[in-house]
Amino acid sequence: MPRRNDLHTILIIGSGPIVIGQACEFDYSGTQACRVLKEEGYRVILANSNPATIMTDPDFADRTYIEPLTPEILARIIEREKPDAVLPTLGGQTGLNLAMALFEKGLVGVPGTPELIGANAEAIATAEDRDKFKQAMIEIGLKVPHSGIAHNMDEATEVLKEIGLPVIIRPAYILGGRGTGIANTMEEFLKLASNGLDASPIREILVETSIVGWKEYELEVMRDHADNCVIICSIENFDPMGVHTGDSITVAPAQTLSDVEYQKMRDAAFACIRRVGVETGGSNVQFALNPANGDLVVIEMNPRVSRSSALASKATGFPIAKIAAKLAVGYTLDEIPNDITKMTPASFEPTIDYVVTKIPRWAFEKLPGTSGVLGTQMQSVGEVMSIGRTFPESLQKGLRSLEQGRLGLNCDGGESLYDNLSDEDLLKKASVATPERIFQVGEALNRGMGVDRVHDATKIDVWFLDQMQIIIDERHSLEGKSLTQLSRNEVRRAKRLGFSDGQLAYVLKEDEMAVRSYRESLGIIPTYKTVDTCSAEFDAQTPYHYSTYEDENEVRGSTKPRVIILGSGPNRIGQGIEFDYCCVHASFALRAAGYETVMVNCNPETVSTDYDTSDRLYFEPLTREDVLNVIAAETLASGGVAPKVIVGLGGQTPLKLSGLIDPALIAGTSPHSIDLAEDREKWNQLCDSLSIPQPPGGTAVTFAEASVIAQRVGYPVLVRPSYVLGGRAMQIVHDAQALESAMDQMARDGSLGKEGGLSAERPVLIDHFLEDATEVDVDAIRDHTGEVLIGGVMEHVEEAGVHSGDSACAIPPQTLPAWVVEVISAYTTAIANSLDVRGLINVQFAVLGTTVFVIEANPRASRTVPFVAKATGVPLAKVASRVMLGATLAELRTEGLLVPPVTGGHVSVKEAVLPFNRFPEVDTALGPEMRSTGEVMGIDRTFGRAFVKSQTAAGTVLPTSGTVFLSFNDGDKPAGIVVAKRLRDLGLGVAATTGTANYLAKFGFPVDRIVGKLSEIEGSSLENAAALVASGEISFVVNTPHGRGSRQDGEAIRKAANANGVSSVTTVEAALAAVNGLWEQRSSEVEVRSLQEYHGRA
Amino acid sequence: MSTDITNIALVLEDGSVFEGEAVGYMPENGIAAGEVVFHTALTGYQEVFTDPSYAGQIITFTTSHIGNYGVTPVDSESRGTFARGIIMRDMARRHSNWRSESDLDAMLKAQKLPGVAGLDTRRLTRLLRDSGSLRGAFGTADQAQLLAAAKNEKGTSGIDLVSEVTTPQAYTVGNGKFNVVAYDFGIKTTILRHLSEIATVTVVPASMSAEEVLAFSPSGVFLSNGPGDPEMVKGATEAIRTIVEAGTPTFGICLGHQLLSRAFGGHTFKLPFGHHGANHPVRHLATGSVEITSQNHNFCVDPDSLSGVADITHVNLNDHTNEGMRLRDLRAFSVQYHPEAGPGPHDSHYLFGQFAELMEKK
Repeated sequence: MPRRNDLHTILIIGSGPIVIGQACEFDYSGTQACRVLKEEGYRVILANSNPATIMTDPDFADRTYIEPLTPEILARIIEREKPDAVLPTLGGQTGLNLAMALFEKGLVGVPGTPELIGANAEAIATAEDRDKFKQAMIEIGLKVPHSGIAHNMDEATEVLKEIGLPVIIRPAYILGGRGTGIANTMEEFLKLASNGLDASPIREILVETSIVGWKEYELEVMRDHADNCVIICSIENFDPMGVHTGDSITVAPAQTLSDVEYQKMRDAAFACIRRVGVETGGSNVQFALNPANGDLVVIEMNPRVSRSSALASKATGFPIAKIAAKLAVGYTLDEIPNDITKMTPASFEPTIDYVVTKIPRWAFEKLPGTSGVLGTQMQSVGEVMSIGRTFPESLQKGLRSLEQGRLGLNCDGGESLYDNLSDEDLLKKASVATPERIFQVGEALNRGMGVDRVHDATKIDVWFLDQMQIIIDERHSLEGKSLTQLSRNEVRRAKRLGFSDGQLAYVLKEDEMAVRSYRESLGIIPTYKTVDTCSAEFDAQTPYHYSTYEDENEVRGSTKPRVIILGSGPNRIGQGIEFDYCCVHASFALRAAGYETVMVNCNPETVSTDYDTSDRLYFEPLTREDVLNVIAAETLASGGVAPKVIVGLGGQTPLKLSGLIDPALIAGTSPHSIDLAEDREKWNQLCDSLSIPQPPGGTAVTFAEASVIAQRVGYPVLVRPSYVLGGRAMQIVHDAQALESAMDQMARDGSLGKEGGLSAERPVLIDHFLEDATEVDVDAIRDHTGEVLIGGVMEHVEEAGVHSGDSACAIPPQTLPAWVVEVISAYTTAIANSLDVRGLINVQFAVLGTTVFVIEANPRASRTVPFVAKATGVPLAKVASRVMLGATLAELRTEGLLVPPVTGGHVSVKEAVLPFNRFPEVDTALGPEMRSTGEVMGIDRTFGRAFVKSQTAAGTVLPTSGTVFLSFNDGDKPAGIVVAKRLRDLGLGVAATTGTANYLAKFGFPVDRIVGKLSEIEGSSLENAAALVASGEISFVVNTPHGRGSRQDGEAIRKAANANGVSSVTTVEAALAAVNGLWEQRSSEVEVRSLQEYHGRA
Repeated sequence: MSTDITNIALVLEDGSVFEGEAVGYMPENGIAAGEVVFHTALTGYQEVFTDPSYAGQIITFTTSHIGNYGVTPVDSESRGTFARGIIMRDMARRHSNWRSESDLDAMLKAQKLPGVAGLDTRRLTRLLRDSGSLRGAFGTADQAQLLAAAKNEKGTSGIDLVSEVTTPQAYTVGNGKFNVVAYDFGIKTTILRHLSEIATVTVVPASMSAEEVLAFSPSGVFLSNGPGDPEMVKGATEAIRTIVEAGTPTFGICLGHQLLSRAFGGHTFKLPFGHHGANHPVRHLATGSVEITSQNHNFCVDPDSLSGVADITHVNLNDHTNEGMRLRDLRAFSVQYHPEAGPGPHDSHYLFGQFAELMEKK
């Protein structure tokens, strides 16, 4: 069955902002789908609200709608573009849920409307509806855990009576296990069941026997129209059942299944996909296996491309999303060639000759109040994947890929954390799944507690534990020896078990570089093997490599000029998809310009780690050792000519390595200039010489030093560590006591090698905090002739003090006078020139009255580069990468790559998306430490409309009826008058706390309802504010936190809003923008327009 | 840990040397020699090295870890091991699986199967892929001795390996409705398990004559898998021809497919490095569907040599070699791959049903 010619226009639904449970993997799958369908000659329409994605680059679709992903907006896009089909299976849970909503409205999947391809509504419902799924599995003879469905608390209690505690609660139609949990007691059950019902969009939960401790597996299945089914990859979880698979360390291929069991699971997976009725594409089926008797139960299946599919694609080299897109338009597996071998078809099952380990990365340190305990609800924000020839090698590479200061499985400074723990306490800690568990298990084995005892405590399979014990045994055999006494065999054996030079240095009490040179003197250098889908049975055309210590190196030589692009590693708060966008664009632009591009990264979710994004891909940790090894391998492969290295596009990760790489190799801004911008003293001198004002401040290593500075410049002060991204550990402190505790924490982190830690080389910056200033971000490019291109000037909606990554911002600036924008441009140009920037620079300013202060400059790509590119139509990252390799802006203009920006006619607003709905225990007030996981963009004719779109896209439900709750701090009260007035004009009710209500009444805006804060209601007749918010009577909350003193009152209100799903804003600026937008929007319909139209290229 | 490691080498006939560590059994002369092939399945190591079709061969497992889930008697494909040795990147020190009764190392020692671990199996696989199967030897002997042993090996072309592995005496298994005689050229237990579901199976030695077989009045005859060069299993082709021409429903697998083809004028030839794995796509021409198959063969039938005699029923989608045929006007069919799996996917189990149908129509 070849390509379907009855389809012409296909709408692809993207997955929206990066949130926990739905990250870059859907940019990867969506980008592949767009490319494939365009290549196949279809007219591709894309809807996605996330400007940081590569898929929303206007080149990837014929029409790109950066619009909120709601059924209403999609209905408008469908009306406008009249697609023949909608492909919902590559946009994560968001794509599926939207498809179902549109189907229920009769807008897709029924005669006369666009066809749903990939999975139809019936299949989606069968897989996603817990009860239907369970019945379907029983029907085909598969076991499912004993369970029952409930739609309310009475039904839930009824089910519990039948199956008994412990139970697991799983809400229907949810993402990343939201609302899921294990109840061991009645109290936990009542709480979890109620939360679960709330989390499910259809108020349905599955109450299921808990099978915590069973082994967990996942199979990635593909099926075509002709009913051919294949398994792409088997995945075994290192963590037993009880931890969400997105939060588990997972390993591919499955390691402890015999063929008999594996084939049984394979048969079950095929039966499952056939029964659910996924006609074409990829699905994953999750299984639990009783380690005592092999009992197999089906846990769930996703009738779509998933996070695991991305992992499986990277793990095997089989591009699931790309093939899924082809299958959706009619091809069968045997009609599609295997990209990697070219000679064999895609209708086969990949087989691999290495071990892949995925390790999640969490952000609990940024979310005070969270327990850090892992469970059935996903909490990680990113992940790394590592490839080794064996599990020990793969595991150690994965652990150092995390970039959390750890060099592998312990054997580094980080293990001092366990110094004061007794064996019992250690084992007790290890028995609870947390991000630290893997290291605790390593330490327990290191202490000789034995595989069996650790297994009893953790239920981690003994094969995995014994493999870890092999690492530990190796360590013991090295301890007490001196470096030069080690034989070639000993060093080789350690390297083959994944030991980094840093770990060897630690255990041998040596310097890392000394280990490296001794190792190299023994001829022990990594060999690079190829990921080829077939364990070398066929010749691979695709240079997708990983390092290991073997005999044969497979990197092929070439003489083209080559550029290594260092990627950004695992997603984390502060460093995510935006940097992947920059790296990928650099690769595209430089390939087009005749360079051979070489990508180094370890994030399996990304487009950068797609094997055809670059000429060569090294799936490697981004550490000094691994990067130097790649540089050496590439130098060897080009006959001794060293490659150029780009460190300026992958965020802080490659930037931190810039000083460790030969400066002559670095393309773009020199490491010297990077250091100049980061070194406080040199930076101050530079600003002084340019007469650019800065907030007064200084650097400190101790509290005493910090205190002196704070007294000199005056509180409040902004405290920030150097060399961090996303404002890690950044705080605004109002007094000496707070300053001391901030300094203490940073010193502790520093001693553990954690990010944001303080050390003599990395002092803390203490600046006077400019209250009420407007923050402005600028992205610019400077070439070697000194021409500076101002890419975009972004005015932040929230005041300075809220991290720029958590703040909404607009292009063009909305309130800044034109002359201020000119001053900002002039300052940016002068700074770029002084730093001799070659490529991108991001400068942050704070405007207070008529003074423009410079806050900081980063001569590298920033988080906002893709947003600016989409707002202005200028491909900044592509231009910058060419400039870094020596092209001038003038040349790029002539070439046609650098186009003039699109100005006027539209306003673009970027809004941050915060993870608070997963962490009800966290205060939602914004601050200088970034906590958003992703972003969305709203574009429209005016700021107000664009802002409303950005809010809708971010999932904030702005009020159109009901009562709005207001509580302003004193400073915000005047602006509060305007908010109250607009709400009245919109016909909305207003409730407020006493202070706010009294103030508003003075200006003629009495409120409908006065409530008390927690601290006020005792002994009074006032209603509790938090209780009112929780009651469901409030449709929106505006609560601006107090700058100092007790935040508890506000916190209770904000938490009540978060826990009850009431949208809220925590700054008065956002409240003003929202009410003004609603006012503008009040009498007209929402309009949608594609990026191509905005850019005048439609 | 380092004390119990014996560093040994694998030497191939072309002089290539691979360093590894001894595992399992070590012959007294310190040499394990044979034709080196590679197998790409991710699971099923025990089924693979107990498969009699590997007689004369040393099996390289491409998957990294071997031995993880231990061993259990029910997973053995024959009464012993006929392979000459196994090569792997890593052998598990400790296994984990509820089904296992022992560990791999102990089984290798008990069955006297030599092994070598820790070597660059990917380099070896790439070499075998590019130069074709090579003879090799590994062990504690010195490298010169190993090279000599490798060069002395007879390989698998032009020698009779079937007589090494076939049953000396006929025996019966199963209790099904049909009466099947199965030629044992090196039959796998899993095949017998499948046949037993449909028939009472009399397993007979490879040398049994057609007359003796027909004397059983079989409802059908099965031609099993087995090792080596089909050209060397001389008497079998005449016997098969007589049996089939007598109208007996006949089903062949692997070597059985090659022998059935040769019995009716087909030619066989040796593939460069054979097919050994569990992921090979095969098109079933009658339906167009794709089966993922288990494969283990070095020799192959030239489909053109069957033209006019048989219809091609299955084709390998990787290299378009022949995977199955059905004789015209006669009641016999055969496949090159392993529909019984063990190890491998169950996609092709229907062929046993097809055999039953053929016998039903008698």
